[in-house]
Amino acid sequence: MMSLGPYASFIVTSYAAAALVVAILIGWIVLDYRNQTQRLRELDRSGITRRSGRSAMDAS
Amino acid sequence: MTLIDLANPTRFLALTARVLPWLAAATVLLLAIGLYQAALAPDDYQQGATVKIMFIHVPNAWLSMFVWGVMSIASLGTLVWRHPLADVAAKAAAPIGAAFTFLALLTGSLWGRPMWGTYWEWDARLTSVLILFLMYLGLMALWRAVDDPSRAARAAAVLTLVGALNLPIIKFSVDWWNTLHQPASVMRMGGSALDKSFLIPLLVMAIAFTLLFVTLHLAAMRNEILRRRVRSLQMMQASRVAFSNEMGAGARGQNASKEIGAAG
Repeated sequence: MMSLGPYASFIVTSYAAAALVVAILIGWIVLDYRNQTQRLRELDRSGITRRSGRSAMDAS
Repeated sequence: MTLIDLANPTRFLALTARVLPWLAAATVLLLAIGLYQAALAPDDYQQGATVKIMFIHVPNAWLSMFVWGVMSIASLGTLVWRHPLADVAAKAAAPIGAAFTFLALLTGSLWGRPMWGTYWEWDARLTSVLILFLMYLGLMALWRAVDDPSRAARAAAVLTLVGALNLPIIKFSVDWWNTLHQPASVMRMGGSALDKSFLIPLLVMAIAFTLLFVTLHLAAMRNEILRRRVRSLQMMQASRVAFSNEMGAGARGQNASKEIGAAG
């Protein structure tokens, strides 16, 4: 077992905070992607297409 | 594939779809190796185990400046070369840079309390990094305040380039002023002052966090392209609705005048 000495709480808090912030960033980006693709799918279903005539979901 | 080829958002989306899984896997692998090495690193003869905070504090501090550097190059791309993806890159990087800067400040503060006896000191390094964090928040607020992305892009690009003046101030603050924060110990004249047992895990963690940034940045850029696609399609939809309403109103007006004429 790794010993972190008398300042273990500072070390653990630092790593936990980094993990939490990175997890929030990843979660936000994943949710944003789902949100945007869902909105594009809805627009596609309602017949709104890009000027090029390609589907709104193309290459996404 | 050149930078010009990537100016096509559809081509960029196809590239990110191919590259992102590999980047994510490399990031996870390197982070796992870095964390394992950090756990095995010996205690410092002065700082004890608190030296382990360095393995996340330093990469985040480096990235806080690196991300602003990336945004500055992207801003030049917006203002000088007018690259279509330049402002997408700058906008997508800002929240990620803000998160890294926040972590640099937080972990620095948590490292400072046991080593310096204080969480915070208004010295040049800490204050200039706090200013960087506030500039990130200001940029994000600017992007949200202006509805049209192309108009927001130019203002944000100018602000980013002005803010880049803070980067050398952060880097050299420990040399120019008498600060509580220690001077550079890795990237300095005469080589690193760190022993290999600390330096190797630190470099692995720095590369891992840089890969994390690249992965998150590409994913955030993809989201921004899709958001703009949604916006333009919604505007197209709104203009179609407005056009059909106008046509309907015009037809009703013609019918009404015919009825009046018939009645007369």
